[in-house]
Amino acid sequence: MAQTVPSEAHGHDAHHHVETFWSKYVFSTDHKMIAKQYMFTGLAMGAIGAFFAYVFRMQLAFPGMSVPGYGMVGPNEYNMLVTNHGTIMIFWVAMPVLIAAFGNFLIPLMLGCDDMVFPRINRLSYQIFLLSAIVLICGFFVEGGGFGGAWTSYPPLSANAKYNLTPLGQSFWLVAVALEFVAFLLGGINFITTTMNSRAPGMKMTDIPMVIWMIVIASILFMVSVGPLIAGAVMLFMDQQVGTHFYDPTTGGDPILWQHLFWFFGHPEVYVVLLPAMGITADVMATFARKKLFAYRTVLYTAIGTGVLSFTVWAHHQFIAGIDPRMAHVFTITTLLISIPIAEMCFVYIATLWGGSITLTTPMLWALAFVAEFLIGGVTGIFLGASGADIYFHDTYFVLAHFHYTFFPIAIIGTYAGITYWFPKMFGRMMNDTLGKIHFWGTIIPFNLIFIPLFILGAAGQHRRIYDYSLFPELATPELQAVRVFATVSLLVMLAFQAVFIFNFVTSLRRGKKAGENPWKANTLEWSAASPPPHGNWPEGLPSVYRGPYEYAHPDREEDYWPQHLPN
Amino acid sequence: MSARPIATTRSTAGMPTGRLAVWWVIASEIVIFGGLLGSYIMHRLNHDAWSNHAANTNVYIGTFNTLVLLTSSLSAVLAHKAADAQDGPKAARFLFLTMLGGATFVVVKAFEWRMEIHHGFTITANTFWSFYYTAAGLHALHVIAGVIIMGIVAQQAKKNLELHRVELIGVYWHFVDVVWIFLFPLLYIAK
Amino acid sequence: MIESLRVAASTYASDIDNLITLIGVLVGFWFILCEVVFFWLIWRYRAKPGVKAEYVTGEEKSQKRWITIPHLLVLVCDVFIIWGAVRVWVEVKQHLPEDATHVVRVMSQQWAWSFDHPGPDGILDTDDDIRTVDELHVQVDTPTIFKLESRDVLHSFSIPAFRLKQDAIPGRVITGWFQPNLTGTFDIQCAEICGIGHALMPARVVVESAEEHAAWIAEKSATHLASATNP
Repeated sequence: MAQTVPSEAHGHDAHHHVETFWSKYVFSTDHKMIAKQYMFTGLAMGAIGAFFAYVFRMQLAFPGMSVPGYGMVGPNEYNMLVTNHGTIMIFWVAMPVLIAAFGNFLIPLMLGCDDMVFPRINRLSYQIFLLSAIVLICGFFVEGGGFGGAWTSYPPLSANAKYNLTPLGQSFWLVAVALEFVAFLLGGINFITTTMNSRAPGMKMTDIPMVIWMIVIASILFMVSVGPLIAGAVMLFMDQQVGTHFYDPTTGGDPILWQHLFWFFGHPEVYVVLLPAMGITADVMATFARKKLFAYRTVLYTAIGTGVLSFTVWAHHQFIAGIDPRMAHVFTITTLLISIPIAEMCFVYIATLWGGSITLTTPMLWALAFVAEFLIGGVTGIFLGASGADIYFHDTYFVLAHFHYTFFPIAIIGTYAGITYWFPKMFGRMMNDTLGKIHFWGTIIPFNLIFIPLFILGAAGQHRRIYDYSLFPELATPELQAVRVFATVSLLVMLAFQAVFIFNFVTSLRRGKKAGENPWKANTLEWSAASPPPHGNWPEGLPSVYRGPYEYAHPDREEDYWPQHLPN
Repeated sequence: MSARPIATTRSTAGMPTGRLAVWWVIASEIVIFGGLLGSYIMHRLNHDAWSNHAANTNVYIGTFNTLVLLTSSLSAVLAHKAADAQDGPKAARFLFLTMLGGATFVVVKAFEWRMEIHHGFTITANTFWSFYYTAAGLHALHVIAGVIIMGIVAQQAKKNLELHRVELIGVYWHFVDVVWIFLFPLLYIAK
Repeated sequence: MIESLRVAASTYASDIDNLITLIGVLVGFWFILCEVVFFWLIWRYRAKPGVKAEYVTGEEKSQKRWITIPHLLVLVCDVFIIWGAVRVWVEVKQHLPEDATHVVRVMSQQWAWSFDHPGPDGILDTDDDIRTVDELHVQVDTPTIFKLESRDVLHSFSIPAFRLKQDAIPGRVITGWFQPNLTGTFDIQCAEICGIGHALMPARVVVESAEEHAAWIAEKSATHLASATNP
């Protein structure tokens, strides 16, 4: 049960750290440093993924022309670029930033403890993650080139170099992904045990901020869903390097087995990244609408329900893959039903605004944009979940536009919301709000101008993963090519505006206004620590909790916020 | 040994953090082996010919190895009992017996595989044997990892340090045992 | 909706298009409603000096109703969409037209399509079959069955104008059907990434009138491009 605080206060400082550069920045076990390591690695990988997008979109807009800063894009390079763009953005950007960076930074701080439960396992998880990134990048430079069989890596193409022509690249890619999985399984140990066990005295389960719940549920979802894919990856690796035939139909194997194992993980995976982004949005919206999150319990149960349901929808990715046609009905039903809890969460977020007092700071703009843009992703998913409609849309740019309208809000908007909101706590300084707004509009407007055209291209029957449409008379029309050019130019604009963010980030680190403990007048525990918190977070003694995380505008109180750690 | 964060010592959920962590690890392993064995079962149901291949596994060696693992789990339980009674050296002795069981298992398997490869039943012979070596191999890797970690825990227990870890490595060991309990009938008995 | 971007050239194409329109109307309604309410709330409740926010937990029944009623209505919409989707799916994927006598073989490989047409005798897998590469000839208003195969990796047989798509799996023969109702020449795309040449295997389907088709068969048979068996 609840522990007394004062006797704990000196436990952490019982010995003195002698901090060197290496122990403070490279081999740190401090959750805040590990969080930053994940964040910066994730952002760096994001730059690589964005560069790949620049290259392949230039090829699509101006086929056959040398891309400035890269060179000629042949069909094998194109396949490698789109494969690794997707792989990097999901596994090396969305997951490390949303789950590992924010999870590591926030969990101990929002729960009122001094670190994660197993700091050395935490450090190990980052080291394995870094190794996985290095293995992936090395794979681009091996003989034969990087793997180009799409992030979904379907065999037989991915199982045999005689088909994919990348004998080394195919395995570097696979091993990198497997190592990333191991890193996140290790990281999950800390998230679960710290949240379950190390909460501040007085903190009930319903006093936990929504972002923490979401990260924890996401970790559990990841852990349960990734196992079968790890098994599948072992079998794929054996096929690639040892000569087994798990997925080779000519000798009794089954390529569809991989698809099931992949998507059984792949679908829950999208909720693994969605939930943390929704959590960040909830916390940011509550703070800047000065309002309690509407129906906290409903949000929580809905998130758990979504997680459970996410295990029942996977084969909507395989409607026309050659599965038994009767199965399509089952998966259409489950897929459309999962739209209900997601719709519910969207309604709750909208309801949270009602009666609020809304300030449009940069983090709030990002959080609101998340809701507005994700709605597009959500409703376009219905077209794909309905089996009859998916016959036309499968493998077209419609799918691509749909998942960018979900993934971009998740990975990019969610990240920017989180970074602009918690930057003061992480670095002790404020980011420039004007630059923040310029960056916001310079990202959001072009984003829509890239992907709405892609819905149109998909509806016109344009298929994915094709490096040059000139060979297809129905698609090589000047009108459709103009759409491709328009989308590419919008991407160039969007990428250019990211320089504003980088400039803002770097200059604010040095010259931003000093933040103080609680610049946003928020309630959750991290805002009662110094900005940035020292090693051990609250050297003066860990806090206790007296109320929920969203007690904004409480009638019994003059100020419109009521921090969790204040006795009254 | 560095200081533990206060976070490690709290126990709001009523279960010590170490035990929560081990159960998390085991849960993740269950889904991995579950996926592998599920794939095996699906394949097997679709290919009657596999019972011909499976006929060639050696049920005597399999049974012997099963008994070895079960016995080693017993000594792991006894190690836990000793650790609970704060008798570190006794716990270490029982852990050493468990490690011996694990090592025996692996050595016997090495001979078994050598024999089977000699007969032409290699990993690429057909998909049954691919599954056989992959599943049993993944399991054996877990046995080896368990033996190594157990050695570290035993060393510390001998000095009466970190006795709570005896239970934790024991839980892991029982899991490794349980996986084998599933593998054994699937690979050796179902013919 | 789709027809303005891609012609509908088969009998079930319009069924699929109508389903897409149904979904578009239903989700479009909810989308517009949510976005309008969302932006209106942002404007209505913008911060004003001296005005405090309201304290609303969302746990009261009267408050929860604002969520539960919309989401029950969403459920009703979902039921309509499910019904529409099931109907179309059964028609396209779970049924073969009884009166179809015309069977073609579609063989995919890295990186080309080959098609086996029945020759003058009208039966597939006889000595007078006509094999073509990258060009499929079919007859308008004729229900046609296809037998889809792959020589190596996964491919996917896709004709956007027909709203047709089916993955090809090596080691299997997958059967499907279509009935073209518009003459003309349309694109065939491979819809499953199959390696370096995935974009280099475009093909065309030529939909001909009965006379044109008979003439084509006669011409091809005369030049003996037949290949009797398939691997």
